[in-house]
Amino acid sequence: MELALFIIFGLLAVAGALNLLLQRHPINSALSLIVVMMSLAVLYWSLGAEFLAAAQVIVYSGAIMVLFVFVIMLLNAGEEDTTPASKFSKTASIAGFPGAAAIFCLLAFVFLSDRSALGTTRAGGYLSNAVNNIVDISHTLFTSLLLPFEVTSILILVAILGAVVLARKEP
Amino acid sequence: MVPIAWYLILAAILFSIGVCAFLIRRNVITVFMSIELMLNGVNLTFVAFAHMWHRIDGQIFVFFVMVVAAAEAAVGLAIIIALFRVRQTLNVDQINLLKD
Repeated sequence: MELALFIIFGLLAVAGALNLLLQRHPINSALSLIVVMMSLAVLYWSLGAEFLAAAQVIVYSGAIMVLFVFVIMLLNAGEEDTTPASKFSKTASIAGFPGAAAIFCLLAFVFLSDRSALGTTRAGGYLSNAVNNIVDISHTLFTSLLLPFEVTSILILVAILGAVVLARKEP
Repeated sequence: MVPIAWYLILAAILFSIGVCAFLIRRNVITVFMSIELMLNGVNLTFVAFAHMWHRIDGQIFVFFVMVVAAAEAAVGLAIIIALFRVRQTLNVDQINLLKD
């Protein structure tokens, strides 16, 4: 059953990513990225990370992608022109497909050469003797990693201030 | 059960498609979305390794990556809005001078 889940949602994630690459209008790319993030949430759940699956749905596809869709609507972004204008972008368009294929082949070689050492997934993903995944995460996050947690709250505050200052209308 | 190498290969596929979209697309918002796709591929790698090594550290790192990606997306989109007000275009080829 885990194999069926992985195959279905893995294919859905790859299809969404290819759709992001191939669509002309950015709103279609944004909606296919939402499909990718939802199927990744299912894959996190099958790997035993329930809290991360919920955070992926709420934060990534529920906040970040909604922000993208709002900006696309605000700027009235139309279909993009397909002719690359400068020499650098012509080079980048030609080098895009082979470069990405080269990166994928390198990563696949590294991952597949250790295939037996990696092993297979286990059913029920409890990582330690904690009750559930969120107890496990919060036990580490609020005791030994408390300083990075508080620093990220200051990071979010700075990001809010920066976004407000950068995007406001000039009086 | 699913071999963990398959999760890693799927993450590598997502990352390479993100790299490809970053290099090929001309709209600056689509380039930003390809950066988010790359980050998601890396997140899947972290969660797969957290499952394999039976530790929570991979999932903590994914938590922090998500927080930083949210902050970066907010500030980056604000920069795009400010850029659009000056340049009136979203094509990365036409945003090639530091001054107007």
